[in-house]
Amino acid sequence: MNVEILSRIQFAFTIAFHYIFPPLTIGLGLLLVMMEGMWLRTRNPLYHNMARFWTKIFGLIFGLGVATGIVMEFEFGTNWATYSRFVGDIFGSALAAEGIFAFFLESGFLAILLFGWDKVGPKMHFFATCMVALGAHFSAVWIIVANSWQQTPAGSHLEVNGQPVAGHLFDKADLGHARMVIDDFWEVVFNPSSMDRLGHTLIGAWLAGAFLVISVAAYYLIRRRHVTFAATSLKFGIALALVASLLSLATGHESAAGVARNQPSKMAAMEGLWQTGPAAPLHPFGWVDVAGGRTMGPAIPAGLSLLVGGSADHVVTGLNDIPPDLRPPIQATFQCFHLMVGVGMTLIGLSLWGGWLWWRGGLEKLDGKATRWFLWLAVPSVLLPQIANQAGWFTAEIGRQPWIVWGYLRTSEGLSAVVTANQVLGSLIGFGLIYLLLFVLFLFLLNRKIQHGPEPMEESHSLPENWLKQHRA
Amino acid sequence: MDYNMLWFVLVGILFAGYAMLDGFDLGVGALILRIDDDHERRVFYNAIGPVWDGNEVWLVTGGGALFAAFPPVYATVFSGFYMAFMLLLFALIFRAVAIEFRSKEPWPWWRRWWDRGFCAGSTTASLLIGVAMGNIVWGIPLDANGEFAGTFLGLLHPYALLMGVTTVVLFMMHGAIYLHLKTEGTLQAKVRSWINPLIIAFIVCFALTTLATLLYVPRMVRILQAQPALFGVVVALVLVVANLPREIHRNRDAAAFVSSCLTMLLLMALFGLGMFPHLVYSVPDPAHSLTAYNASSTGKTLKIMSIIAAIGVPIVLAYTISVYYIFRGKVKVGKDSY
Repeated sequence: MNVEILSRIQFAFTIAFHYIFPPLTIGLGLLLVMMEGMWLRTRNPLYHNMARFWTKIFGLIFGLGVATGIVMEFEFGTNWATYSRFVGDIFGSALAAEGIFAFFLESGFLAILLFGWDKVGPKMHFFATCMVALGAHFSAVWIIVANSWQQTPAGSHLEVNGQPVAGHLFDKADLGHARMVIDDFWEVVFNPSSMDRLGHTLIGAWLAGAFLVISVAAYYLIRRRHVTFAATSLKFGIALALVASLLSLATGHESAAGVARNQPSKMAAMEGLWQTGPAAPLHPFGWVDVAGGRTMGPAIPAGLSLLVGGSADHVVTGLNDIPPDLRPPIQATFQCFHLMVGVGMTLIGLSLWGGWLWWRGGLEKLDGKATRWFLWLAVPSVLLPQIANQAGWFTAEIGRQPWIVWGYLRTSEGLSAVVTANQVLGSLIGFGLIYLLLFVLFLFLLNRKIQHGPEPMEESHSLPENWLKQHRA
Repeated sequence: MDYNMLWFVLVGILFAGYAMLDGFDLGVGALILRIDDDHERRVFYNAIGPVWDGNEVWLVTGGGALFAAFPPVYATVFSGFYMAFMLLLFALIFRAVAIEFRSKEPWPWWRRWWDRGFCAGSTTASLLIGVAMGNIVWGIPLDANGEFAGTFLGLLHPYALLMGVTTVVLFMMHGAIYLHLKTEGTLQAKVRSWINPLIIAFIVCFALTTLATLLYVPRMVRILQAQPALFGVVVALVLVVANLPREIHRNRDAAAFVSSCLTMLLLMALFGLGMFPHLVYSVPDPAHSLTAYNASSTGKTLKIMSIIAAIGVPIVLAYTISVYYIFRGKVKVGKDSY
């Protein structure tokens, strides 16, 4: 295999593995704010116990996220040096802002969140929890701004050997001396796709957190363990899942309309649309016959035109009007996109079902048939947002091909000039082994924490009431 | 001072911050096998427990700032040092999860193996950071496009290795001084007995490195010849190092730690003064060198980043100091601990 394929596999592998963890900390962080906020309002020790337990899970996940996250920043330079030179003027500011505004915030206050229960007062601790959650959200902001700029470059222009160049094209002999130069910081931040994609990504992350809580709580309820704790946790999870899954539909719609506007070749591949024209059909599922230039499967007539343009007359660009060397891998883009949408719909269904059970009092009657079915399905549901999040990113990134910076630089042109295939193969094997070990240990320790469960409430000796007493005495 | 110089200094400050903060974490890791008792080892872990991942953020932000301010430097160094940086990554990952996982199970074999991983990861990371610094001081071969033109083995020359060993010893000394601040009783006495030998080992390494630099890399001291007032930095460095045993002897832990931090800062200042304006010095052909001027982002980006830094850095410093303040005092191992 050549260095391009290996570098792409390595980046995809390391970032996909990393991306198991940050969505969980973003979603769980929000839930921790909700739980601890409830505790401060009601002073019901149950909420405190919940915050304590989920904080421990949060800590484990956060540790893995930190350990695997530093890799990404190194890889831009190690494997994609030409790309780094090309985008540094723009990408770098976002990354630096991420470090200063997000990572420091998260990691600084994480110390208080995890180890500060006895060291600071309850309000200060709640403040720290909010800051950690905010930091987690900020970290998503900057990296998505940077990625979205790659998808839909704005607020910048091309420069070769220090001279501005109009348009997108430059002589490939000047590859090492070409770069994108910033014109307007806010146009970079609010490039045409960043806000849509940010919303959709954050909400996907909320779903990841919500369904982790739902899954563990359902498991406890099936086993009749920590019942009050679990039922209350489940409600927090369902509340967030309801809001997030419906918002996900809305933001997903916005994102798709944006892709159709800004990256027509990606949209055509996502939907396997070949013929340009109005009344473009929508395939709920299917298979793309890439060689034959057609897409098989049931189709909703004019569905795609309606969805992205709001009218059946809306013209959508098909693959036939896109030169073959500018098409992304069609089958992979199509299938990943449909997997994400299908799983997303399932999540909406599960959330509505959970909400309905809650409304009808079904969550109190654990022996009810509907409740038991729901709980059994809720246990493996933790995987669904993970699948949807990964599939969504695979759609976004495979659909971006052959570009690494849309319209300006191809992925194959972004590689490091001095790195060889053997070096990348070596590091890829290294990552494979280390991440396998990490993943096994992560599941093992997560399972141990879940089996151990929350502390019995009377043993929660470091309840902040006690802290208050100690400090008054 | 123009923006290019400002960012040369700021990147230096970020890496100095990393050395000061993660330096003691890495040093604690390198020292962990020096003690045998499980409880005492847990005290070591929890001495860095609340702060280690915040400390590592300094590396992430330093790397991000280098990427943003000097993209060609980031690209050349990271791709040129490919194998070394992959090893560094593996060491940092391993070390991070060792801290996370180690005390989650009571089994002696489990803890023993994570302790070994923590020690190996910390020592390797310190060594590699030092070797990388050594290569930057020595200079690396660059071609006309500013790409690295050497090999991995070529990076492991004696000067770079000497710098690597010096860094390991420096971090161990810094870690021991930090531990002295965080421990008490017999454990503190044990830690105390390591400090003077480590200070002596550091002085020996540092003297050798200085001698080698004067003999083989004289361009690093040219600025001191040109501007004798800057020799004050050398005087200050010698004074803070000399102050270390004095503060330990007087049992002033915090002052000793501040002195140790200042040692790092002054070392970094000397490094920066010697390098300026070069970020990567090219040997044998210095004309290919990357400098703060020929390898920077545009003035506009540097200005935007200066605004970001002006808003963000004071906030970061405020809550970093608050976190250290909240977790001041001796380590108590409790149920939330590592």
